[in-house]
Amino acid sequence: MEISPLIITLETAGAATVVTFFAGIGLALMVVRMNRFKGLADAIITLPMVLPPTVVGFFLLLLLGKRSSLGRFLLQWDISLVFTWKAAVIAAVVVSLPLMYRTARGAFEQLDPNIIHAARTLGVSEWRIFWHILVPNARAGILAGVVLSFTRALGEFGATIMFAGNIPGKTQTMSTAIYAAVQANDYELAFDWAMVIVVFSLVFVMLMNWWIAHTDKGAALWN
Amino acid sequence: MELTVSIRKQLRSFELVADFAVQDEVFALLGASGCGKSMTLKCIAGIETPDSGRIVLNGRVLYDSELGIDLSPQQRHIGYLFQNYALFPNMTIKENIGFVASGPASERSAKVQENLERFGLKELADAYPHELSGGQQQRAAFARILAADSELLLLDEPFSALDGYLKWQLELELGDVLKSYHGTALLVSHDRGEVYRLAGKAAVIKQGRLEQVHTTKDLFKNPETLAATLLTGCKNISQAKQVAKQRIWAEDWALELAVAAGVPENIRYAGIRAHFLELRSQAGENTYPMEIVQIIEDVFSYLVMIRRQGTSAKPIRWELPKAVWEEYSSRKTELYVYIPPEKIILMQQ
Repeated sequence: MEISPLIITLETAGAATVVTFFAGIGLALMVVRMNRFKGLADAIITLPMVLPPTVVGFFLLLLLGKRSSLGRFLLQWDISLVFTWKAAVIAAVVVSLPLMYRTARGAFEQLDPNIIHAARTLGVSEWRIFWHILVPNARAGILAGVVLSFTRALGEFGATIMFAGNIPGKTQTMSTAIYAAVQANDYELAFDWAMVIVVFSLVFVMLMNWWIAHTDKGAALWN
Repeated sequence: MELTVSIRKQLRSFELVADFAVQDEVFALLGASGCGKSMTLKCIAGIETPDSGRIVLNGRVLYDSELGIDLSPQQRHIGYLFQNYALFPNMTIKENIGFVASGPASERSAKVQENLERFGLKELADAYPHELSGGQQQRAAFARILAADSELLLLDEPFSALDGYLKWQLELELGDVLKSYHGTALLVSHDRGEVYRLAGKAAVIKQGRLEQVHTTKDLFKNPETLAATLLTGCKNISQAKQVAKQRIWAEDWALELAVAAGVPENIRYAGIRAHFLELRSQAGENTYPMEIVQIIEDVFSYLVMIRRQGTSAKPIRWELPKAVWEEYSSRKTELYVYIPPEKIILMQQ
């Protein structure tokens, strides 16, 4: 069994989760603080979660493909995204971002606003408030968001195959490998990859649950 | 210490209009909940932004809509004691204090130790806020405010979340905190007792309108407006009109009363506090025969609801010591009640 799909999947999901982590938290904070167009912004960010992944992949192709103006612009620097590893990361980011965004936003909204106000009146800078108050007190939600978006990225299929393709050793992830194996009538290989995905996802979700139960003092704090 | 505030802010159902100055004293804003008093404090602290106006603390302009000045809460150095104390839940008490203390490490740890000691929190230094009682949380919040070197203290309903005895103890301790601010603070409360005991000056705020500033004693003696009279705890209010220079007709009570002060022509209401009525045995000036509507026994007194004999007037609440009422009850004579002219509150609005 060629293990490159496993490596590519872990790398793609890992890289996507790093981007998703920062972008999701940033967007969550931005939307929480918005006064106008909050609903619209929320809907746009959440959209990739409810759209068919093929639609997301199709739009990515339209937006960043070689025929798009953005794609042509990038080609001037010899940057081509379609059917590359980077494309797989972008696809995974777009579909997993809503999960990170929504869980982080929920966690931020549960915080008592007076805690933030108090920190401000006590002279604590916005940056320190973010890292030492907002993030630690929302850590259960943020952690859940990381695991959910990572496992979502692990299993990403539709947008990836549309935008990054299914090139063995290059862009073939575990889920696209399963598709290829089934098409080649190799059910044994498909089953093996399917089991790997199930085990990985199960382990990560269980880790998340254990982690939240053991590191979070937060649950007891909101009395 | 000098603070001048003049702000306007449109709120959901009314406009907040607050103009006042505070100088080396405890100043109280007395108002019912939702009247805009907490919003006033939040505008001063920079948590909320007024629509227009000016806020100056010790000559430092914190906010000026015309000059386009709007300092961040961090730049204002104003200590705000929140009703729920708002301690950082992820930090111990020691960390809560240390996190906001400024200066080099040695100075910070000195401030932490000093304030832990001052508020009797040394044993609780490593406890988390949720492990503390309400009173302890309040002390920790004070310790944190003092460690942050703020110039002014804002107290938002500081004792309303606490029960009777604890409330009293913390009220006494507040005196020590105030010394660090040269006795200056801005207090927001709906509790008239709290305001009377703690504040030197006070103003009533009603539907966002800050009424005239008085010394606290004057405000309670002569509240001037209906809102102030109610908020200072007067239970008996009647519509009233002038009948002579020093006489009024109290419509709801069906009583004609002499008053000590001159009656303004446009008088609208009259009030009398429940414990200022006096028992008499015969008719006379401001003394009327009364019938009893209801008798309620309270802890240390009787509350007797009375109205002028033979009328269906609105009952007047009368509060009197148990011994006085029991002595009267045993006599079984007719009830006459005297309303002292100097105790009658007159209101034009």
